[in-house]
This record gives sequence, C-alpha cells and structure tokens, in this order.
Amino acid sequence: MTETPRLELIGITKAYPGVIANNNVSLKIMPGEIHALLGENGAGKSTLVKFIYGVQKADAGRVLWEGEQVQIASPNAARKLGIGMVFQHFSLFEAMTVEENIALGISPELTKGDLSARIREVSQQYGLPLDPDRYVHTLSVGERQRIEVVRCLLQDPRLLIMDEPTSVLTPQEVDELFKTLRRLSEEGVSILYISHKLEEIKSLCHTATIMRMGEVVAECTPENETARSMAEMMMGADLVSPERAFRMTDGAVKLDLRNLSVKSTHQHGTDLKQINLQVHAGEVLGVAGIAGNGQRELMEVLTGEVPTGKADELQIDGVAAGHMDPIQRRLAGVGLVPEERLGHGAVPDMSLWENAFLSAATRMNLIKNGFIQVLASTGFALKVVDEFRVKTPGVTHFATSLSGGNLQKFIVGREIMQNPGVIVVLQPTWGVDAGSAAAIRQALIDLAANGAAVLAVSQDLEELFEISDRIAVICEGRMSEARLAENVTVEEIGLLMAGVGLEEEPVHAD
Amino acid sequence: MLIRLEQRPEASKSMVYVSPVIAVILTVLTAMVMFSLLGVDPLKAIETFFVEPISSLDGLAELLVKATPLVLIGVGLSLGFQANVWNIGAEGQLVIGALAGGGLALAFFDQQSVFLVPAMLVCGVAGGMAWAAIPAWLKTRFNTNEILTSLMLTYVGLLVLSYLVHGPWKDPEGQNFPESRLFHDSALMPILIDETRLNVGWLVALFVVVLGWVVMSRHIIGFQIKVIGMAPMAARFAGFREKRLIWLTLLFSGGCAGLAGVIELSGAIGQIVPSISPGYGFTAIIVAFLGRLHPVGVLFAGLLMALTYLGGDSAQITMNLPNAVTGVFQGMLLFFLLASDVLIKYRIRFGAPKIETAIQAEAAE
Amino acid sequence: MSVDWLIPALLTIVTAATPLVFAAVGEVVVEKAGVLNLGVEGMMIMGAIAAFATAVSTGSEVLAIVAGAGAGALLAVIFGVLTVYLQSNQVATGLALTIFGLGLSALIGHSYVGKTFGGLAKLDIPGISDIPVIGPILFGHDALVYLSVVSVAAVAWFLTRTRGGMLVRAVGENHDAAHSIGYSVTLIRMGAIMFGGAMAGIGGAYLSVAYTPLWVENMTAGRGWIALALVVFASWKPWRAFFGAYLFGGITIIQLYAQGMGVEVSAQFLSMLPYIATIVVLVIISRDSARARLDAPACLGKNFHASG
Repeated sequence: MTETPRLELIGITKAYPGVIANNNVSLKIMPGEIHALLGENGAGKSTLVKFIYGVQKADAGRVLWEGEQVQIASPNAARKLGIGMVFQHFSLFEAMTVEENIALGISPELTKGDLSARIREVSQQYGLPLDPDRYVHTLSVGERQRIEVVRCLLQDPRLLIMDEPTSVLTPQEVDELFKTLRRLSEEGVSILYISHKLEEIKSLCHTATIMRMGEVVAECTPENETARSMAEMMMGADLVSPERAFRMTDGAVKLDLRNLSVKSTHQHGTDLKQINLQVHAGEVLGVAGIAGNGQRELMEVLTGEVPTGKADELQIDGVAAGHMDPIQRRLAGVGLVPEERLGHGAVPDMSLWENAFLSAATRMNLIKNGFIQVLASTGFALKVVDEFRVKTPGVTHFATSLSGGNLQKFIVGREIMQNPGVIVVLQPTWGVDAGSAAAIRQALIDLAANGAAVLAVSQDLEELFEISDRIAVICEGRMSEARLAENVTVEEIGLLMAGVGLEEEPVHAD
Repeated sequence: MLIRLEQRPEASKSMVYVSPVIAVILTVLTAMVMFSLLGVDPLKAIETFFVEPISSLDGLAELLVKATPLVLIGVGLSLGFQANVWNIGAEGQLVIGALAGGGLALAFFDQQSVFLVPAMLVCGVAGGMAWAAIPAWLKTRFNTNEILTSLMLTYVGLLVLSYLVHGPWKDPEGQNFPESRLFHDSALMPILIDETRLNVGWLVALFVVVLGWVVMSRHIIGFQIKVIGMAPMAARFAGFREKRLIWLTLLFSGGCAGLAGVIELSGAIGQIVPSISPGYGFTAIIVAFLGRLHPVGVLFAGLLMALTYLGGDSAQITMNLPNAVTGVFQGMLLFFLLASDVLIKYRIRFGAPKIETAIQAEAAE
Repeated sequence: MSVDWLIPALLTIVTAATPLVFAAVGEVVVEKAGVLNLGVEGMMIMGAIAAFATAVSTGSEVLAIVAGAGAGALLAVIFGVLTVYLQSNQVATGLALTIFGLGLSALIGHSYVGKTFGGLAKLDIPGISDIPVIGPILFGHDALVYLSVVSVAAVAWFLTRTRGGMLVRAVGENHDAAHSIGYSVTLIRMGAIMFGGAMAGIGGAYLSVAYTPLWVENMTAGRGWIALALVVFASWKPWRAFFGAYLFGGITIIQLYAQGMGVEVSAQFLSMLPYIATIVVLVIISRDSARARLDAPACLGKNFHASG
C-alpha cells in the first residue's frame, strides 16, 4: 500500500511520577479506516488519545499528519488539523444550552452566522436528532453523546476519536451510533475507536492496536480474531472465568423491596418508582441499566442515606428497615459497596485502618465508650488486606495510595469480612484491572454460595451474565421483573434498558 | 525554565509540619524588607517585635494572658474547620459570652462568693454557645451559609455591647464614661503569679487543648468530624449525622469563644468596656490554620500570635510604628502558610519531566 | 407626606447602595467563573484607602478611583495566585485576604486620619438637575453612581451575550470539560478574580471619596460581606444584585430617618438592621436548597488542577 496514513505516531512516550503511561507507542491510521485501540483500564489508551487531541504533551515521540510532521500543542490546534474527539466523560456544561455547548467546542470562526440552523442540518443528515435550545441537564445520556458527535462533525473532521463511546448506551443506541460511524468511514473520515468491548470491535473496526501496560503488544484484524484471542492479547494471560458450584434462587428472602418509591435528592436525579425486588439467600441478583436511571438513588436508599417513605417498603430478613440509618443497617447485617471508591466508599486522605473502621466500627465492635479501638481496627484492616490480597506497604498508608483495583478489593473485602447476610454492590469492577475484577467477582459468588444474598448493580452486561443467577433491569427509576440469567438474552435486556416494555409492567405468571 | 507542580502520590505528612515553619520564616523576611522600606533598621525592628516583649517575667506572663483567648478560640474553631463548618463569628460569640459572664458579675457586684467565678465561666460558655446556636440552627434548618450569618452576628454582638456600656450597664458613678463598674474581687480570676496578670484562665485554655486533642485523636466524634470534612459522602455512607456535627462543632467553638471572652473580662480587664477584644476572634482563625487545626499546634500558634500583639504594642511604644503592623503580619503569615501548604500535596519540579526516574521507579517495584 | 423628605431619602439610598453594587457585581463574575472569593471586605477597604490617599495627595478624583480599582485588583492577584496556581483553600484564603486588607489599610491609613478633601463632585447639569423631583433623583449624582449602573448592564451583557462571558460560565460550570476542550481555566479565572478585585476596590473608593470624604479605620463596616450575601440573594444575576443593593440602601435609610422621625430606639439597635436584614434575606433565599443549587455555578469553590 502506498497510501499516506492520515495519522502516524512514532515512539510516543509519556511518564507520570512512578508510572509510564505510554512507552514507545507507534500507530498508523489510514484514511477512512476504523481503527480500534484496545486495552484494559490503565493500559494507557486515554493518555495516548489525550496526547493526540493536544490536551497533554508527550515526553518523546513524533506525530505525522498526512505525512507531515506536526506538533499538536492544544485541542484548538488539533481541531485545526481536522481532529475531533468524543470524550468518555463528556465535556459538557449542564447549565448551558446545546448550542452554547457546541459553540464552546468549535473554533470561534465557525460560530458565526446561524449556528443553530447548521446544528439541525448536521444532526438530521447523520440521524442524530438534537434541539439546539435545550439545556443539557434535561437530556438523556444518549442525547448528550450526540452533542459531542455533532460538535465534531460541524468541523468536518478527518479523524474522529471516540473514547469508550458505548459504555453509556443501550445495545440499540449502539447500533445507531455504529451506523453513523460506518457512514463517516465511507466518506473517508478516519476513526480511532477506543474500547475494551471485544464484540463491538469485531463488528465495527477494520484494524486494532492492542495496548498493555503502556506498550503496544499486538496489531490485528478483528474480523480474523475471536473475542477470546483478543482478550488474551489484551490481558497477557489466559482468562479465568469465575467458578460456581451451583445456582440457587430459592433460599429465604433476605432483602425485600416492596413498592419502593422514593424521590431523588439530586438535582437532575431519577425518582424510584414502585420497585419490587426480592433477593434470596444464596443468589447473586444482577441489576442492569444505563447510568443515571436510578442506580445512585437505589444505592442511597439501600445504604440508608435516604430513608424510604414507609418503613416496610424495604425489608431485611422480614423486618421493616426503610427507616434504619446506615449504622443500624450494618448491625442488621447489610454490607454495602458504593460506586465511587474515593470519597464515598473510602476517605482518600485517611489510612486504610481508619477506612476499615469507617464501615466496620459498630458491627465489629471497634468502639468502646466512644473511643476508637486502634489495635482492634488495625487488626481488622490487616485481616482484610491479607484475605483479599490487597497490595499495600501497610494499613497506615492513605487510601489514595492504592491503585483502583486494590482499593476496590479492600472495600469489598472490608464489607465481606463483616460477614453480611445481604450485600449490595454498585459497579463491582468499574475501572478495575482484570486480575482484581476476577477476584472480586469470585468473592461475590463465594459469598452467595455461603448463604448471603448478593445484589450487584452494574452497567457491564458481560459481568452481570457472568456472575448473576437472576437479572433485572432498571430504567428511569422502574425495575423490571428479575429473570433467570440463562433464560434471557442480551437483546431482551437491551430492550428493557431502553425502557421498552417496562411501562405497563405485565405480571408474569411464574 | 519550567516550574511545575507535580502531584504527590500520597499527601506528605512531614510537610504538614514543615510548612508553618517556612511560613514564619518567609513572614519575618518580608517584614524585614517592609521595615527597611519604612526606613527602620530591620534587625532592630525584629528584635523590638519578637524578642523585647518576652525578655522579662512580666512580658512572659503577658504573653500567656494574650495567648489564652487565642488558644481557646483556636481549638474551638479548628474542630469546626475540620468538619468544613466555617464559624468566623467567634469575635461576636466572645463578646456575647463576655457579656453573659460580666452581666452576672454586675448583678452580684456586692456579693462575695467562691462560686461567682465558676458561675461566670458557665454563663460565658452558655452565652457563646447561644450566639453560635443561631448560625447552627439556620444552617441545619434552612441551609443558610454559616460564614455570612456568623459574621453578621458579630457586628450585631458588638452593637449589643456598645448599647449596654453606653446605656443600662454604664457605671452610675463613672462620670458618664461608657464603662461598667469595676468587678468585685470575687468576680476576678485568681492570679497565678503575683504582680502579673497571668491567671487561672491559662490553665483552662491548657485543659481545653488536652480535651480537644483527646477528642480529635481517639474519640469517635473526632473521627466523624474528620470524615465529614474530608469526604462528606463517605460520612453519609458511614451513617454519621451531618446536622448533629454542625450543631456540635458550632456550639463547641461558640462555647470556647464565650469562655475566652469571660476570662478576658474577669482575668485581664476587670470591668466591661466598649472594646473587649482586639480582634481575638478573627486572629484565632489564623491561629487555627497555623496550628494545622490540631489542638497542640494551636497552642504553639496561639503563643506566636500573642507575640505579634505584644510586638505591635512594643513597636508602637519604642519605634513609633502604628500597631496596625500586627494585622499586616498576621495576614501575611496566613498567606505564606496557605502558599507553602501546596507542598503537602504537590512537589515543585523544575524543568521538563524526567522519564528515566519513572522507569527506574517501575523497575524497582 | 411631603416631598421634601422623600428626595433626600432616595438620594441616601443611592449613595448607600452604590458601593454594594460595585462589589456585588464584581463578585458575581468571580463566582460565575467558579471562584468563591471571601476577601471582598479586604479588597474594598484597600480600595478605600488607596483612593483616599491618592485623592488627598494628588487632588485628582479620577486617579483616586483608578488607584482604588488597582489596589483591589492587586489584592485579588494575591488571592488568585494562591488559589488558582497554588491550590490553596478558597475559604481560608479569602479570610486571609480580609484580615490582611484590614491590617494593611490601617497601617497605610495611619497618617491619613483626620485629613480630608473636597469629595467627589455631583454631575450637575444646569437645567435638567433642577427639574423638581425627577431632576435630583435621576440626575445630579456623582459619576460613580452612573458608572455602577453602566457596569451592571455591561456585566449582564458580557455574561449572556459574548463568547468571553460564555467561557467564564463554562469554567465555573465544569472546569474539567473546559480544560479538555482546550481553554485555559487558570487564565480565565485569574481574569475574573482581578475584575472582581477591581470592582470591589472601586466600591471601597466610593466610600472614602464620595460617601464620606474621610478615612476611618474599618470604614467598610462589613459591606464586603453584605455584598457576598447579595450575590447569593441575586442567584448570580447582575441585575438582581443591583436591585438587592438598593433594597439594602433602603434599609440603611430607615436607620437614618427613624431617629429623625422621633422613633424611640437606641442608635445601636437601628445600626443592627442591615446585618439582621442580611441574615433574614439569606434565610429566605437558602430555604429552597434545590433551587439554590440549580442557580449556583457547579464548580463554585472547587480548585482546578490539570493532571499531567
């Protein structure tokens, strides 16, 4: 092939204190090519794309744009070259309109004239309906992503970077997005598609570059690979699937939600509407759903941060618990793992033993007459570190010093070591390395096998199918009926995630 | 050349203690430059400011007298600040506490009783707490910002004082001066060293330091305060009641300020005057930060700040400098402290990032 | 009721409100950019002394006001460097700014106590200012009063209608997003902080040059804090801050006129009115916490540090 690559990276290196995020990374993207950048969390994908988009500078390496060496000093420079980017965590301003958001993200010359007409035009042309006058905080996640895409398209990009675009979409929305991307590719736009979802990459991408620990470890043509072979390249080890002895869904009801309706306490939150859900002893119940559909509110109600209207809307072991505070719930045997590790599940600038004390104080008897039992707390923290193989120099170190995976193991371990009868876990392995993720999933399954009721809320369908005995879907604050995992398909779950068939909520005869 | 801030992987524990020292040194250096600009010999000025006031027993005693309210209020505020409860109205709470205690002294102005001083202290605490209870109630009930309410109440408190000394509490035999009658001996704090003003109030302050230390380092309330300040969501997750902690920290700091007021009144002044405090309630904010919001640190910071008051007075007397220099010093010190605190979470690096060091660090693991 | 009484009363409202207008509108911009500067009181008092010293020594009113703005902005730069570049806590730094400003102004003002000068002239337009009732109320003020109105209009226009204003709001709304799109959060914030400082400085200058051409220690008497409360009261909207300031001006004159009308209340209790009114207003505004959160810039008070 003699065609000039649209973008070529040669020997890109970027180091942070103590970590090399990118080590001698080289990459070629051809015109019209959909190129996957594949790797685990922490493999260095985000650092690399931030560099391409001019948000970050590299320590070494060269960039060729259509064969000519360039310096991409800022996002503005990147946009001038014809590079557009859709961020994983959207770069949007909630209290501003769609039009203002778009105007902020394109070069000032393009905002002249009737911007809102052009927004409508482009969004229609590519099947991405948008109202320029709406405020962002009133939009769904899918619509927000459209803003970012339209923002890029308005500048006639020649390279579009998509950072984990599908993690917030329903399977149906993903299909729509892929149609748009394929069409752009046919028009000659190159796309750098960052993901760790293998099936998607197989169906969409022409080539793939695989990164591990900051380095390029392989290049391949996804069509010719299996998901498993790519996963092995990505993780550098043979995959271990969690083991379970048996499925059990007929134990006693440990956690019982009955017509649970709670108003959201958040600014743009989702109210919980008439949720019915029973979690039995010995089972893992998975709750799927797109972020922002009431998961956070559900978690707050379960932790006791927000009380229910009537106390019996939430029952633990048959006892009305809706009005119990978090401490009483822990005494009643509930273990809780919130989504955000730093700041919610753990205090960043406190030591591990203090963070162990944080949730285990009452249930593990670590307080005497109001005074903290330091020795006992340290002992408990050490046991968690030991049992869950948390990598840390010691329990006097701050929570911030741990990697995401290690901290998550510590937090999950802290709850499991309190021997809970019910455990609620939100996003069990979000942003966690594969090794830790496997350990956490196994720990949850083992806990269920020992008779606890496990409720796992996650956006990751692959994860839910792996660990759950039954799966329910939450959408706009409503919960679907939980169904046996082997009797339900990804497509059915996807429809439920999009809200299809949830409104009327038919009562199936069991 | 490039100067960058590089985030430390973990907050530096030693920098927490080094930073105030850096701040003091920078303040003294800047002060020397300032003095030479004002045409004063800088070394002489520093000596007048920091050494002269404490070169006699009387001076040392006076240092402790001035440090007493600063330490008391500083400990009180530091608990609240750690919980992100910003009571900056300690000056008003001090005044109301002083009025509550002083009012008692005036009511029993001709009575002799060993219980009078303890009763005044209790009244002082209650007065300070009552004044702090207003922002606490407004914050917990209506979500009103305590910074603004507690500060507005300071102005109100000062006006209450002004009203009382100009009106009902004015000394009937005082030739119309806006001052109350002198307190009876049994309404005065017992003196610790003869011929000085050093009184039992200092011991009370030391007791509060120890109390604060124990609570913050070992008690569940101290733990809750720290968690709520550093990670409010984690505090909710753990089941700590935010409103209760707001009440607790505001009442404690208000009580400390009220106590400081009544001690100042019955220990150092001996009657109610229009100006009870030279801004102790505000200076204590600096004391709390300089002391790293740690009771023992507050003790040292309180002594240092007390010295700036004495230094200001002595500079005014011997060098004819306006004693507003004290305020400038105090503000400057807080600036330098806040600036050098950046070193706790960040490292200063010169030049471009070094790749080799990172690679070595990784290889070493 | 006779009109003789009304006109001076309205004029007093204007003079009482104008310093608050400057300080509050400046702080609106600062807070829209996501920065909470509690040092308004310190910047105002520095503006007051700088303007007064300049007026006394040069006799030029224009220079005096420029000096006031400059002093406020200079103090704001200290705040900006500490919070924006050195990541210091905004609440603590703002408090430090106030303590420092009060001290430094007293030090500088030491030699100006007791001095005075002519004071800022009223803009008398012959003929128009003489029109009964309307003349003195609408015309016949000093130049700063008109400047305060113009600055409110300008800030309102800037924030809603210009790209610069959009950037300020964007940075206050989501600084991480603004950074990743490619804007300099630090520069935009520094600009806003300095503007706020200059406006607070002019507000202070108004006190020492127009309100009472005198220097008195602590002469701002908490107006900086009241201005901060006004920003909350105004839900970060410039025109509402303007009307809020005039509302407070109105409360101030109750104080002055109640005695004149023979109400038997001690002067001290009347002097408490503005402070108590501030508290009452804050309570009314903050009672609806959901709404307050919706209006407030989402990044208010949060420091920004770009990783990498």
